[in-house]
Amino acid sequence: MWDYTEKTKDHFLNPRNVGFIDDFDGIGEVGSLACGDALKLTFKLDDNKRIADAKFQTFGCASAIASSSALTEIIKGMSLEEAAKVTNEDIADYLGGLPKEKMHCSVMGRDAMEKAIAYYRGEAEKKIEGEIVCECFGVSDVQIERAVRENGLTSIEDVTDYVKAGGGCGNCHDKIQFIIDRVLGNTPRAAKKPEALTNIQKIKMIDATLEREIKPALNQDGGDIELVDVDGNRVLVKLRGTCASCSKSQITLKHYVENKLKELVSQDLVVEEV
Amino acid sequence: MKPIYMDNNATTRVAPEVVEEMLPYFSDLYGNPSSMHAFGGNVGAKLKAAREHVATLLGAQPDEILFTSCGTESDSTAIHAAIRSHPEKKHIITTRVEHPAVKNLAEHLAKNGYRVTFVPVDRQGRLDLDYLYQKLSDDTAIVSVMWANNETGTIFPVEEIARTVRERGIVFHTDAVQAVGKIPINMAESAIDMLSLSGHKLHAPKGIGVLYIRKGTKFAPFLMGGHQERGRRAGTENTASIIGMGRAAQLAMACMQDENTRVRTLRDKLETELLKRVPCSMINGDPENRLPNTTSIAFEFIEGEGILLLMDQYGICASSGSACTSGSLEPSHVLRAMGVPFTAAHGSIRYSLSIYNTEEEVDFVIDKMPPIIQRLRQMSPFWKEGRIA
Repeated sequence: MWDYTEKTKDHFLNPRNVGFIDDFDGIGEVGSLACGDALKLTFKLDDNKRIADAKFQTFGCASAIASSSALTEIIKGMSLEEAAKVTNEDIADYLGGLPKEKMHCSVMGRDAMEKAIAYYRGEAEKKIEGEIVCECFGVSDVQIERAVRENGLTSIEDVTDYVKAGGGCGNCHDKIQFIIDRVLGNTPRAAKKPEALTNIQKIKMIDATLEREIKPALNQDGGDIELVDVDGNRVLVKLRGTCASCSKSQITLKHYVENKLKELVSQDLVVEEV
Repeated sequence: MKPIYMDNNATTRVAPEVVEEMLPYFSDLYGNPSSMHAFGGNVGAKLKAAREHVATLLGAQPDEILFTSCGTESDSTAIHAAIRSHPEKKHIITTRVEHPAVKNLAEHLAKNGYRVTFVPVDRQGRLDLDYLYQKLSDDTAIVSVMWANNETGTIFPVEEIARTVRERGIVFHTDAVQAVGKIPINMAESAIDMLSLSGHKLHAPKGIGVLYIRKGTKFAPFLMGGHQERGRRAGTENTASIIGMGRAAQLAMACMQDENTRVRTLRDKLETELLKRVPCSMINGDPENRLPNTTSIAFEFIEGEGILLLMDQYGICASSGSACTSGSLEPSHVLRAMGVPFTAAHGSIRYSLSIYNTEEEVDFVIDKMPPIIQRLRQMSPFWKEGRIA
């Protein structure tokens, strides 16, 4: 059972502002049935351009409903400039905190608010910015980076709790870690990159990097890699992934290996599967 | 508030008769059954009787009964015994809808040198038997198929599978944790080699499990140490719980009829009335071959956690296959394997009854559920009086 605060329970059992404003000024919809939670937010402005009324419809767990209820209470009476500054942390704080695993519910509230304001301002619905990192839940690198930055997240588990990324097949964990490292300013392990490598040097370094850096990580997830040949800058490998349910696993694996080799051996390397 | 407990596939109430039988072995009768003195030896005699009661329930011989600490240990012991007895075989067959006790072990083995076949199920949760039989090979070390599914109650034809598997000389194990006590089992006329059961699913306490091992089945112990359980499972016996398990086995024999008549009728009433009173609801699982106590009902367009918490306001205890209650972000692997659409999987509630449920309780739940579902649907952006918004 989740450890919800009394206030969260209250906002679940007695949600404020459930419904839909027919003559809304702004509307924001986030989430989907497949993802397990979704929120439709509408608001109406008064003559002073302040939020006179806000209503929500939510499909989701108790904390998703409570977060939506809290959001509508917070933004009522605010100007849009003020409402735009409401963070997911504000929503969680309003409820006296949310279980860590449920923080994504508060992020959903914040996202719906942003969309609703964008609708009012006539801004074209933003396409998902950046590149999708988590295929299972459709989360982009931009969303992950923002969650990490705004909430001071330090682990993949944190990222999953806040934006769900990494909570499915797990193939994107390395990419998420990469984003966390980048935001936190962790420099990748220093690697010597000599100006020009002889073929022998190059092969030795590739082999050493595979053994030291890549194999252990793949082994952890049940995968493995074998160096077949090096032809110029083409690194020919055999890969064995284990997340058979995810068609992206092979591609992810290839990218991961290639990035590592580029980082630690030479920028010019290209990985090919044989 | 007295709980209305309809979550018996999660765990059951320890029968008062079982508690009574166990209590002396926590206080006065604390002897070690392995001791040479009569004080310990008397406990040993009691364990022998308990073993006989469990054997009777399964139609087995007492020396085919191994006491463990839980259903999970029984499953792990069985599968490890099979693969260690046949080290040259590197293939395992199981299903996509197993309990995590088998599923996660199989996935672990898949990462450690084993080929694992996960047999799929259809929309009703029925196994694709042809697929299973096609995958049998000389490399197969063990086939493990649950007797009945914990989430939907679907009963699998394990006796038939066991016969086919035996013809190929392959070990067959079944996780019968949900089946024992609810459907008749007779190992004397079965081809099943190993069978797991769990005490706390049939009114014995938590912390006691049983592994049935057919005489002649190759075995390798999981826990090594002392000579207990004839060297097949070391560790001083959990005396009170084994004695409780024995009593629970006797009770299960006596109550099986009630389980299949009165409890079944209560389950059917609950199910029929809820489907009638709540629009856009449906049963998950095979309505034909199902445990008498279980029904999994999908209430579309809402999420299970909210349903459970509102039920909790009335003291009604059940389970959900939703993501938010599973501790992960994805809904139940069983419902997903069956291809239950997301609209329904997230709002699936499992009611599992026991002999302790009454008709008044069922009526109370039938009365309380429709407004709960209605209340959450009115909040849902996907709900518009029976249509997707």
